[in-house]
Amino acid sequence: MALGVRKHMPAAQASALSAELLLQEADLAGDAQALERLALWAYRRYSPSVCVDPPDGLVLEVAGGAHRFGGEQGLIADLLARLQAFGVTGAAALADTWGAASALARFAARPGQGLVSHGFADLADLPVAALRLAPETVAALSRVGLETIGDLAGRPAAPLALRYGQDLIRRLDQAYGRLAEPIVAVVPPTAHMREARFPEPISAPETLSRHMARLVEALCADLEQHGFGVRRLRLSGLRLDARVETVEIGLAQATRTPARLIRLLGEKIAQIDPGFGLEALRLSATRIEPLDWRPPGSDLTATGPQPPDGQGLAPLVDALENRLGTGRVYRVEPLVSDMPERCEARVAPLQPVGELDWRAVWREDWPRPARLLNPPEPIETLAALPDYPPAAFTWRGVRRRVRAADGPERLYGEWWRRTAERDSVRDYFQLEDETGARFWVFRLGDGERPQTGPQNWFLHGLFG
Amino acid sequence: MSDDRSRSALQALRVRVAEMETPGRRGFGVLPFGLASLDQRLPGGGLARGALHEVAGAGPEAGPEAGDGAAATLFAAGVLARTEGAVLWCVKRRDLFAPALAQAGLTPERVIFVEAGDEAGVLAAFEEALRHPGLGGAAAELSDLGMTASRRLHLAAESTGALGLIVRRWRRSRPAAMETPNAAATRWRIAPLPATPLQVDGRLIAGLGRPLWRLDLTRCRGGEGFSLAVEACDGEGRLALPALLADGSAAAHAPLQAAS
Repeated sequence: MALGVRKHMPAAQASALSAELLLQEADLAGDAQALERLALWAYRRYSPSVCVDPPDGLVLEVAGGAHRFGGEQGLIADLLARLQAFGVTGAAALADTWGAASALARFAARPGQGLVSHGFADLADLPVAALRLAPETVAALSRVGLETIGDLAGRPAAPLALRYGQDLIRRLDQAYGRLAEPIVAVVPPTAHMREARFPEPISAPETLSRHMARLVEALCADLEQHGFGVRRLRLSGLRLDARVETVEIGLAQATRTPARLIRLLGEKIAQIDPGFGLEALRLSATRIEPLDWRPPGSDLTATGPQPPDGQGLAPLVDALENRLGTGRVYRVEPLVSDMPERCEARVAPLQPVGELDWRAVWREDWPRPARLLNPPEPIETLAALPDYPPAAFTWRGVRRRVRAADGPERLYGEWWRRTAERDSVRDYFQLEDETGARFWVFRLGDGERPQTGPQNWFLHGLFG
Repeated sequence: MSDDRSRSALQALRVRVAEMETPGRRGFGVLPFGLASLDQRLPGGGLARGALHEVAGAGPEAGPEAGDGAAATLFAAGVLARTEGAVLWCVKRRDLFAPALAQAGLTPERVIFVEAGDEAGVLAAFEEALRHPGLGGAAAELSDLGMTASRRLHLAAESTGALGLIVRRWRRSRPAAMETPNAAATRWRIAPLPATPLQVDGRLIAGLGRPLWRLDLTRCRGGEGFSLAVEACDGEGRLALPALLADGSAAAHAPLQAAS
C-alpha cells in the first residue's frame, strides 16, 4: 500500500510499481464461501438477522442488541477486534439504514476503524458512488458536476429519475430511510436436536432411559428425513439446581439405528447424576454426516484388501471406543519414513484402507522387532569401529556375548523433517546372544565422522 | 454277552467324555499349523477355534527380556495371520511394532489395536471382542489370568467360534503367577533357541539364519503336552521344521557341530 497499490488497479500498472510484487489469482468462489462462514459467525455472536452484502460486506441488524457489548461503540469495537484476530482488517459503520451504513463503512471509515452515526448528516459529503449505483450512473452524474450525495439530496426526485433512472431514487431513498430495505437473514444449518421437558422432575434411572429412548427415536426419524446419520451424540440433562449433566458418545460410522444408539447411550446414562431431579433432557447430534439409505449386506462385488468394516465391526468398535475414549481403538497404516519411530500412523479403525501398500514402506527383507523400546535404551558395548557389530553388550545390568550378528543397515537422518538430523546416521544391527534371543541395536553415527553422531549404542527392539 | 454290552457302554461313555473334553465341541473346527509333527499331536489336528489359547514367553531362567515375550508375540501373530477376517489386539499400552506383525503375515489392514490402559480394561475389551461375531480372532496381552476370568473368556469364544489368544506378559515381581491354572484349551511356552549358523558349500558365513524357537505345550485339553523345535513364522505366519531335523539324520548335524 505504501507503494501506491490500490484496489481495481490494472495488474501491469501494479507490477510496474515494484518488481517484488506477488500477483495471485482472485478466488472469487472461495471468498464468497468465507463471507458466508463469517456471516454465520456473526449470526451466532451478534444478531439473529445477518446477511451478506457481496462481494465484501456483511450487514447486521443490531437494534436492541448492542447493550450486551457496552453500547454501539462497544459492539463495533468488539466486531473489529475479533475480525482482526481472524486476520481480517475491516471497516465498520453503524447507522440508521443499510444504505447509510454501507456508504459510511465503505467510503468514510478507514480500515480497522469503526463509525457510529445517527441521522443522515454525515452522508452529505460522501461521493455518489457510495450509494451503490451502477458505474455508468456515477460517471453520468459526475459529468454534470453532481459529486456528493449532498448534491443529490436537495434536488427534486422526478427530474433525476427521468434522467438517471429509477434506481438512483431507490438507492437514495433507501439510504435516507424513506424506503424499507429488508434483510434476508442467513439461515444456519438445521440443528438436529430433540428436547423433552418434564412437568415433574425425574431422577429414576429407568425413567431416564425411557425418555432417552424416546428422544433417540424422534431424532433418528428426523435424521432419516434429512438423509443424515450421526457421528457424535450428546445427551444433556438440566438439573433442578441449574447444573447441566452431559454424556457424549461417538460412532465409527454414521448411523441412525435407534437400537444401537440407545444401547450405547444406555451404557453411559449411569454417569448422569440427577441430583434432586432433572427438569429437561436434550439430545443433540453434534456431528452428522450424509447417510444414504442402503439395502443391508449387498456388498458382493468388493475385491482386494478391505477395511474391516465389511464385517459389521462398527458396533464393536463403537462400544470399545465409547468405553475407553476416542483414539484408543485404532488401526495402523504405513507412513513413508525409514525411521522406525515414524513409519506408522494411527487411523480410525473403519476408515478405508489407504493407497500405500505396506510392502512398499516396511521392507520385507529386513526383519523388524516385535517389540519396540520407546525411547531406545542405551547399552554398553564392546565393538570394533567402523562397522563391526558389538562382540558383547550390557543391557539392564546383564552382560551378553553376541553369538551371531547381521548388519549394518544404515538409516540416514531425515533432514526434511528436522534440521538436527541433517548429518545423523544410525547403523542398525541384529544380534543373537548365546541363548538365541535376538536384539535390534543401533549405533548413533557412522563410526567415522563425528558429525554423524556420538557413536554410542542403543537397544531399540526385541525380535522373536 | 454282558461283556459285550458293558464294552459298548464303555465305548459310548468314552465318546461322550471325549466330546466333553474336546474344546470347540460346537463344531467350529480347528486351525491347523500345516506342520504334521505339530498337528498330529493336537486334538482335532490343530488349534481349536471357539476356544481360548495361552501363549507365553519362556520363564525368567531364559533371561529377563524373554519375559517381554517377543517370540510368543510373533507366534500369536502367525496364528492370527492364518485366520480370516479382522483381528483385534487388546493391550494395556502398545509396544508392538506393526511392521513385525506384517512380516509375520498379519497385515496392517486386518489388525485393530485396542489400548485399554489397565488389565481389567483389557479383559473387558477382549471378552467383548470374543463375543462379537465376525472377527477372525482376537489377542490380549495380560500378566494375570485366573480360573474365573479365563473360564469367562473361554465361554465367550465358544459363543462365536472366534480364536482367542492370550499373550502372557511376565511380571518380574511375581513369576509364579504364570504357573497358576486357568481354563485355556492349550498353553504354550515359546523360547528362542540359538539359530543354525548359515553356511555356503559347507563353510560358515556371517549373518543370521531364520530364528529357531522351542515350543513347549505345557497343557492341552484332550491331549498330551510336548516340546518341539521349530523355525519361526515366515511371511505368511507358517512355522517350519528346522532343516537339520527335517532331514531326520544325525549325520547332517555332525559336521556342523565340528565346524562351530
